[in-house]
Amino acid sequence: MDFSVLIGGAAGQGLETSAHILEHILKRCGYNVFTYRDYMSRVRGGHNFTQIRFSDRELNSFTNKVDIVLALNEETVLLHKERLKEEGIIICDEDISNGDRTLSFPFRKIIGKIKNPKVINTIGLGVILKYFGIPLDIGEGVFGKLFKGKAYEDNKLALREGYNLIEEKYHLELREDKKIIINGNSALSLGAVAAGCRFYCGYPMTPSTSILSYLSSKSHEMGIMVEQVEDEVAALNMALGASYAGVRAMTGSSGGGFALMVEALSFAGIVEIPVVIVNAQRPGPATGLSTRTEQGDLRFVIHAGHGEFPRMVMALRSPEDAFYQTARAFNLADRYQIPVIILTDLYLDDYTKTIEPFDFGRIKIERHILEEKDIKEYKRYEITESGISPRLIPGKVAGQVVLADSHELDEYGHITEDTHIRTEMALKRMRKLDLLKDDLQEPWLIGVEEPENLVVCWGSTYGAVKEALDRLIEEGHSIGALVFGDIYPLPKKKIMELGRTAKRIIDIEQNMTGQLDSIIREETPYKSDIKILKFDGRPFSGEEVYIKLKNEVLK
Amino acid sequence: MKYEYKLYEPSWCPGCGNYMIRTALKMALEELEIEPHEVVLVSGIGQAAKMQHYIKVNGFNGLHGRAIPPAIGIRLANKNLKVIVESGDGGSYGEGGNHFIHAIRRNIDIAHFVHDNQIYGLTKGQASPTTAMGQKTTLQFDGVKVEPIKPLALALTMGAGFVARGFSGDIPHLVSLMKAAIEYKGYALVDILQPCVVWNRVNTFAWYKNRVYHLPEDYDYTNKEEAMKKALEFDDKIPIGILYKEEKESYEDRFDFIKNGPPLVDRQLNPMDAERLMEEFR
Repeated sequence: MDFSVLIGGAAGQGLETSAHILEHILKRCGYNVFTYRDYMSRVRGGHNFTQIRFSDRELNSFTNKVDIVLALNEETVLLHKERLKEEGIIICDEDISNGDRTLSFPFRKIIGKIKNPKVINTIGLGVILKYFGIPLDIGEGVFGKLFKGKAYEDNKLALREGYNLIEEKYHLELREDKKIIINGNSALSLGAVAAGCRFYCGYPMTPSTSILSYLSSKSHEMGIMVEQVEDEVAALNMALGASYAGVRAMTGSSGGGFALMVEALSFAGIVEIPVVIVNAQRPGPATGLSTRTEQGDLRFVIHAGHGEFPRMVMALRSPEDAFYQTARAFNLADRYQIPVIILTDLYLDDYTKTIEPFDFGRIKIERHILEEKDIKEYKRYEITESGISPRLIPGKVAGQVVLADSHELDEYGHITEDTHIRTEMALKRMRKLDLLKDDLQEPWLIGVEEPENLVVCWGSTYGAVKEALDRLIEEGHSIGALVFGDIYPLPKKKIMELGRTAKRIIDIEQNMTGQLDSIIREETPYKSDIKILKFDGRPFSGEEVYIKLKNEVLK
Repeated sequence: MKYEYKLYEPSWCPGCGNYMIRTALKMALEELEIEPHEVVLVSGIGQAAKMQHYIKVNGFNGLHGRAIPPAIGIRLANKNLKVIVESGDGGSYGEGGNHFIHAIRRNIDIAHFVHDNQIYGLTKGQASPTTAMGQKTTLQFDGVKVEPIKPLALALTMGAGFVARGFSGDIPHLVSLMKAAIEYKGYALVDILQPCVVWNRVNTFAWYKNRVYHLPEDYDYTNKEEAMKKALEFDDKIPIGILYKEEKESYEDRFDFIKNGPPLVDRQLNPMDAERLMEEFR
């Protein structure tokens, strides 16, 4: 079984609340849920929709075809009726539409009885619950978690009214509900908290804002300082200050805000203060499409910053990956005393998915801070073979001071213009990048072990590629994919192995120029033969990747 | 005195006001019995901003104009550290103007010592945000055409709780201002007038010396209107001293978990403590 429900309407019509409730009801029934959100950059009006897909098998993507459209306005009917599956139906108020394949009901009249216009969408949810044969008490239970008092009573009433409007079409079997349902940004934030991040600052910018607001909501409980800064210039500088003083610190923004951090990124490089920076990508240039998705900043974050210094760039591939890799990012930043940049995108930040609960026992906190109290002559920037110098926290050892500087500096942290020291310091910093290569994780290999058709992709496209490959392999195609998480420095072992035996390499990215492909070409003897690129601001669905691979590669 | 601060040889020009400011800073820290590891000097770029290289202390010499954000980060991470920002008029009021305004709004416990010589020294003589209208410089050869910023008046209108002006040529007075600023619980601004002997031929040592006067003994620094008048007095006479002081809750004290717990840096971290946060996603 595999169903999709689309709820569409204008901003401000409460569709996000309805979607949230429905996905939780389906999760409570023990199904795998994948919810994709499509919204415009406005507070009221426009057209927004959310697609809730559920199944008894694992889901990694949304679908193009849907079973039910719950239309909160007429526009939704016009925009989405072509997407109905053969047996699909539209559910709406009788004033919105009465066309074929439409179940319309007097929602507004019913609301007149309940005397609470806010619960109008709940009647529609009641209809959907009955359609799938979901017990009413599961729905009421989810409402009970979200609403209290009159709001709860009115919703319950509306849900019942809706429930009584139709007969069951399906009768979903109830399963055990063992999973959590979470989006990329919440998973990333949880990973940061687990890793001991106790300082986060940022300026609101879609799609990074939900990291800021989630951590703020846990600030008092977990003792995390969350600061809304005056601008992103302040953000990275402030995070570096907190980290210098010994607290694990993170900042985040989208590409435009990251652009303002670039000066301080270079500073982080020379000053060797660990920091984690999230760039939650959205399509540029400039303001671009502010509530849409893209993977356009890969080259940008790899090259951002004046001068030459080591950094690490990793992309998150799924909510699970977001949790574990974010926690890992803090350890890498601390070990190598470098900025670690995490790339996500709006799609991954926002979609919610049912997954196995996180294993917090797997998270290790490794600080690499000098604990010694008996220090004779402390050299913060001591030239070492590994390139890593001893890190002391200011104020922790009497008689010892810690210097940090944006100038070229000597081993003690004082300004220098000495040619020999400059050369040694630059080399020392860059040696850390060589060492870091041993800590890199190879890309995930999905699909066939030694494929004729080798897909390369990164970050959030994992879900769509996974779904497409599952179908193609079922059909007998020899296809596999390398899904990069760590991207800079580029882990090369697997691509070197598989590039040799593959008949063709297919690059799948959500950008215009194939940025990962160009990096692979730079670092290895391989490049893609075919590119499947999308940069219209909308994410690939599994179906779309499947069709493209079928038509353009496996024809 | 618990500790004597070690000094290093500076690269400042002979006669630079920075020498006297350093002397005052050393005396203030020693008299307050703060040890070098208990204080962090945070700065940006410029001649003033090299202070932590010339006196042995924890130092964070960051980017131009960006002294305040890391100072805030440091202070929030470890409330046991004394945090002092040392930067020039360019870094504090020009490149870092936005951070200056927002630091006042927060009232975080840092002392901000602005070495204000009304000119850009390190970049060789261009106008700074405090250079007077009409003054000729190496860049504004036919005179500055923008109004100077009035930092003390700006700080007052933003609601700063500690606003003072000092003069590098009056060390004992400057020491008292610095001590009061360091001890003040909140954001404390001390605008320190200093000559730039190379690039500012107008605001010389004598120019300042002939104009500055101590606020009278009976001056009421809790009177904001009076403070505003004094903040705008910058011609034949320039008042120095604490223009305004008001007890306010500091930013860090507005957070219970910071006020009533150990410094963030000293907290034990255990990933399992966060496991319960997963409940809301079940």
